[in-house]
Order: sequence, then structure tokens, then C-alpha cells
Amino acid sequence: MDRLLNFLFHYRAFFTFLFLELFCAWLVVQNNQYQSTQFFNTSNRLAANIISFSQGVREYLSLQDINTSLAEENARLRTALEQKNQSLQAIGAQPLDSAVINRFSYISAKVINNSTLLFKNYITVNKGRLDGIAPGMAAISSSGAIGKVKSVSDHYAVLISLLNTDEQLSSAIKRTGHFGTVQWEGTNPRLVDLHYIPRHVDPRVGDTIVTSGYNAVFPENILVGKIASVNLSEEAPFYSIKVELSQDFAKLAFVQIIRSNLKSEKDSLEFNTIGEIK
Amino acid sequence: MNRNAAFQVILFFVYLLAQVLLCKRLVLFNTSFCFIYIAFILLLPNETNNLLLMVIAFFLGFMVDIFYDSLGLHAFSLVMVAYLRNYWLSAITPQGGYDANVSPGLAMNGLQWFLVYTLPLVFVHHAVLFFVEAGGFRLFWFTMLKIIGSLLFTTSVMLMLQYLGSPRRL
Repeated sequence: MDRLLNFLFHYRAFFTFLFLELFCAWLVVQNNQYQSTQFFNTSNRLAANIISFSQGVREYLSLQDINTSLAEENARLRTALEQKNQSLQAIGAQPLDSAVINRFSYISAKVINNSTLLFKNYITVNKGRLDGIAPGMAAISSSGAIGKVKSVSDHYAVLISLLNTDEQLSSAIKRTGHFGTVQWEGTNPRLVDLHYIPRHVDPRVGDTIVTSGYNAVFPENILVGKIASVNLSEEAPFYSIKVELSQDFAKLAFVQIIRSNLKSEKDSLEFNTIGEIK
Repeated sequence: MNRNAAFQVILFFVYLLAQVLLCKRLVLFNTSFCFIYIAFILLLPNETNNLLLMVIAFFLGFMVDIFYDSLGLHAFSLVMVAYLRNYWLSAITPQGGYDANVSPGLAMNGLQWFLVYTLPLVFVHHAVLFFVEAGGFRLFWFTMLKIIGSLLFTTSVMLMLQYLGSPRRL
């Protein structure tokens, strides 16, 4: 026993080292799990306050740009709404079931922290649990899909960005309707990969990629980007396709968090029929 | 000694805030990052206890992680540096040894020695950091590019701060 204690004491530095490193490794693994409930990230109140103060100072420099893009978006939305109304009137459509109309509700939030150059990028926004945000919700911007909510605190939320090598998004080629998975490879923050498009499909450069709606998180037909290059090697079962994101993540200022009001209904129906998904 | 400790505590937070508010935004050529907080661990006085060093490194790394949303990652790399630091210091002891309780900075043994001291440790830190973050060696050369770029950037900033901090060496 004495010798054991002596041994431990003699190598105490090494054992402390080992202990701390194992603890850190455990934290890393924990953190990589999707939808973990966490305290120690930028949704933590103190950290978020510091970041949003720093962001506030920096924002004065880009107010002009943000204003312009918001005004443009407003105008575009108003036009779209008016067109919808006109066409609805023209065909004399009956109002739909309100549960179907209100399937998704949108919560607008400001980005206070964002990175695009790491391998695992996250976005922090200034709305949280008290505004109705919960882990697992989808986030979009005016020009495309952004990511999913990873963890929330009372007033802040951390989103897992599309520019995160762990994030996958079920998507479709709009022209042909074939499904695939969008995932970031880790290098260029403007390009993501579209996986699992089989050989018989004919994807072309310039085709629009949208979300597929095969998950309850994202509504379907949310823009993701357009195809930048298509490659098919001799023996590969799938195409390797590069997609240029429609949203430049480096310029992200506002996002909308989408709450899917019927998600629990859809999930429980699927659970009852086919069992738990993954 | 007590006064010195208080000074180090203040310095701890200065490095932390400098990292998360300023250096986090500084990225050159989309690949080179500046992780100036390593300098705090590297520049703690000579005779700092190995255990204490690792515990400090853990907390500093942990706090940086909170701001990078990468729990455990920076702590992991920085504890590694803290563990290796004293061994490396004793391996490269110059003739005549070190003065007691002096920060192993540029002012102590000159530029050449300082580079020999910092470059390998900073390299280890960046290598561990980026490869763990990438989750393996899939993007080996791209990750290597990030490591080398960040190594040059971090070391340059560290040198600049050293020259600014001890003007009598100029």
C-alpha cells in the first residue's frame, strides 16, 4: 500500500495530467452530441452578455448594410404576400384548416456570435427559452437554411450551423425531386456537399437545392443553395456534388427560428407506427 | 509573492478577454488563427508547480471553450502544453541555469532561445486543437495548413507583445 501511494505521489503530475485530459476528452465527446442541454457555452448568461456587448459595438459599423438588407427583405415579402393573396382570390380558394396554416411559426432573432472558419461552427442568437425556442428547432435566414437549435438558456440560444462537419440536412434537387443529404466537408465556407444522389439522376450545374421536408424540423422547399459542380467517377454509386450556399454565413445578421407546431403530433404518429427513429 | 499572484490573476483575465473579444475575430487568409492565451501559460514564472500549471491551464482553456462553443477542446490542448512546459524548460536550460521566479520570456534569454522554447509548444497546442476539432486526419493537409498558419500568427503576436512589454531589450 505504501509503495502504491509512493508510486502515485511520485508520478502525481502525470496522473493529474491524465485525469484532466480524460475529463476534457469526456467534455468534447459530450459536446459533440446533438441537442445536449448545456450550461457551459455561449448561451450562458455571462458569456452571452459579454459577447452581445462586443457585437453591439461592432454592429454600429455595419448598421447601414443590415438596414438595407432588412428593407429589401421586407419589400420582397410584401410582394410575395400580395401575389399569393391575388392568386388565392382569383381561384376563389377556401381558407384552410387553421392548424395546417399555422403549422410553422417564426421567431426572429439577432445573431450575436458566429464563426465560419472552424470545423465545428456554432451561431449564438439573442432569443431563448422564454421566447419559445427549444432544442431541435430549425433556423433559416431570408436567403436560406441556417441550422438547428442545439441548446437554449432563458434568453439566448446556440444554433449548430450548417457549416459544422457534424450537421446533416435532408435536401432535394428541386428540378428532379431526388433526395440527398447536405453536409459540410470542412474547408470552404461557401460550398457544401450533397451526398447520396444516385447515378441515374441527372443533376446539372445551377440546379436549386431545397430542404426536403422529410424531417419534421425544416419545412420543405426552404432554399439551401444551387449546384456549383457535379462529378461522377467511374465506379461510385453516388454523384459527388458541390452546392454553393445561398446564404453567405459570414454576413449573417438575423435568423428566423421555426417552431413546428405539429411536430409532436407527427413524431408521436410515426413513433406509434414505425417505432423510434434512431 | 502575494502581489505577484494578484498580478497573475489579473493577467489571466486580460488574456482571456483579449482572446475571446479580440483575437477570436482575427483570422488571416481564412486559415490562420491567433490563440494568444497560450502565452499566459508559457510566460508564468519558471518555478511554477507542474500541478498548479495544469489546473490553471484547465480553467483558462475551459473559459475560452465557453466562448468558442467547443467545450473541452481548448482545455484539452492547453493542459497538454502546461504538462509539457516544465519538462521542455528543463530540457533547454541555458548555461548557468534560470534565475528564480522569472518569467521565461524574451527578456530572459534572448530571441533565439525564446523561439526554441515557444515554437514546439505552440505547435503541439495547435496540432492537438485542430486535429481533435477536425475529428481525425481526414483533412490532413488542410488542417496542417491551419496549424502552420496559426503557429506563425500566434508566435508573431506573442513576439510583438514581448517587445512591447520589455522595451529595454530593443
